[in-house]
Amino acid sequence: MDNLQLLISGLANGCVYGLIALGFVLIYKATEAVNFAQGDFMMLGAFVTIGLTNTEYMGLPFWVALPISLGVMAALGYLLDRLVIRRMFGQSQTAVVILTIALGFVIRFVAGLIWGHEPQSLENPLAGKEVSFGGLVLGLEDVAVIIVTILLTWGLYEFFNRTKLGMAMQGASQNQLAAYYMGVPVKRVQGLIWGLAGAVACVAGILFAAKGAVDPNTGLMGIKAFAAAVIGGFGSLPGALAGGLIVGVIEPFASRYVAAGYSQIAPYALLLAVLIFRPHGLFSQVRVKKV
Amino acid sequence: MRIVFKTNYMQDIRPWKDGYQLSLYLILLAVVFAAPFFMDAFYLGEMTNVLIWAIAGLGLMILTGHTGQASLGHAAFLAMGCYANIILLDAGVPFMIAFPLAGILTGIIGMVIAIPALRLHGIYLAIATMAMSILVDDIIVLTEPWTGGVGGKYAPPVNIFGFMVDRWGTPREFYYLVLVVSVIVTLGYINLLRAPLGRSFIALRDSEVSAQAMGIDVARTKAISFAISCGITGLAGALMGLFAGAFNNETFSVVISIQLLMMIVIGGLGSIHGAFFGAIIVGFLPQFLSIAKEWVGAIAGGSSVAIPGLEFGIFGMILIIFILFEPMGIYGRWFKIRTWFELFPFYRKDMFKRQKSYLKTERLR
Repeated sequence: MDNLQLLISGLANGCVYGLIALGFVLIYKATEAVNFAQGDFMMLGAFVTIGLTNTEYMGLPFWVALPISLGVMAALGYLLDRLVIRRMFGQSQTAVVILTIALGFVIRFVAGLIWGHEPQSLENPLAGKEVSFGGLVLGLEDVAVIIVTILLTWGLYEFFNRTKLGMAMQGASQNQLAAYYMGVPVKRVQGLIWGLAGAVACVAGILFAAKGAVDPNTGLMGIKAFAAAVIGGFGSLPGALAGGLIVGVIEPFASRYVAAGYSQIAPYALLLAVLIFRPHGLFSQVRVKKV
Repeated sequence: MRIVFKTNYMQDIRPWKDGYQLSLYLILLAVVFAAPFFMDAFYLGEMTNVLIWAIAGLGLMILTGHTGQASLGHAAFLAMGCYANIILLDAGVPFMIAFPLAGILTGIIGMVIAIPALRLHGIYLAIATMAMSILVDDIIVLTEPWTGGVGGKYAPPVNIFGFMVDRWGTPREFYYLVLVVSVIVTLGYINLLRAPLGRSFIALRDSEVSAQAMGIDVARTKAISFAISCGITGLAGALMGLFAGAFNNETFSVVISIQLLMMIVIGGLGSIHGAFFGAIIVGFLPQFLSIAKEWVGAIAGGSSVAIPGLEFGIFGMILIIFILFEPMGIYGRWFKIRTWFELFPFYRKDMFKRQKSYLKTERLR
């Protein structure tokens, strides 16, 4: 029973990692750039929602604040691509990596200026409630996190496979030039993907802030999401989610069954092991580069 | 307008272009050697800090700037050099042996780590080295008997040919120690770039496939690049430990790795000058900000306010501006200004204009 409890809370954490990793993968697939600031996006999304909802700030009802903050983060992602990232079009991956790390520093600094450096949690309708299934006591937030993640993933899947825009995004990510010939406005589609990644980060941030507390340095958690994305193979959306779940489940079990001091190593050790033995992830998509 | 008239082939690979350039660098060297005579102890300490960062930057520059392998984990090698040096010193090994040995050990460890990492490209390598940098923090805590764990270690004053050199007791001697090391490393770096090995690093950076076609052993060259880079970074780490006096597992965090990479990008990737320019920014930015804050506080008529995270925020903004508008960093800007003077009436605006480039995909489907 204890193990089941650990599993559920691990899954709930893993969903947050998975959602951040989903943001990495969305952007990587579309632009072959890695957004190292995705964790900071998540933190910012959480703080924007806290700023709108919590009573000491604006005190809006949660369900009013939700669409506003999603919109704000999507707009931010789009504008970031439009104003900053697009100028880097065609430059090396390393340059974009460094640029997004710098963006992460700036986002952390701005969030610290506006909302301070104290950990804060989101006032939400589910806070503190519990559900029990035959002896198994679960926080309602944990259940909500898992359900929201499943719904979001399903929604994204449908979006990519059913809608015209989703198909255009797939096309642009598979072959920019060919998609352009077929009349896909590649640049705008890439901007929209950044917006989408911003919105996904916002959802992850809301879920994270509802479960625990955020402070400006929470964004560094993005590194664990990297582990998730790499385990999933950086190119596949379900892989990213699965990687997030694996990392999330390993953590509580490691801290319970492995000696103290070794347990927090687990996700990174797994990341290194995957990189060494299966450099392109468990669900790989990249092959050897051809001339 | 200045014309370099070449009369024999050796001039092409000489480290300096002509006597004028050589004399400029000799004057610079004389000025930094004379620095302790006209600087007070505080600024001398800052200069020492800048030079240590510059050595670390040179180490990373070999790997990232000249071999094209981005590493977000060089703080791990700083830590290894630092701990190796102090542990050897504590074991009674004289400094003149312990210090180079610390560099060599770090280089060997770096090469061993590089062997699995050789299969990784671009972002995967960056992520793997970043994970390694995070792990080192935990490893230092786990190997407490040697490293002192969370409690940390203290650097003893070191004995060099009978001189006791200590950061606080004898800042002038410590400055000379760091200066001599940085001059040796820089000269070695210049020579490396003239040699076939350095050329093959640059070939690897520009195109791995063409380098292989030219007969360069990619895996071996990358491993050597890792070894040299980690060795120099280890030396910088050993100096950093002596400079800090006390350190523990959090001294060399992943943030230091990121800062190191950002530093060489601001300075200018792929140039020796870049490491020094970047180190000057990293070293003097905190001082500059605290002076600026006092100044603003005095104008606003109140006490100066403490803004946590300001330094990194400003650092990030500087970096974004540089990547967008001057991707070659401070060195690139300086190079353009110098060219303008050298070619005086003939400098054209588009001379360094970047060519249009398209992203070459790494995916097959």
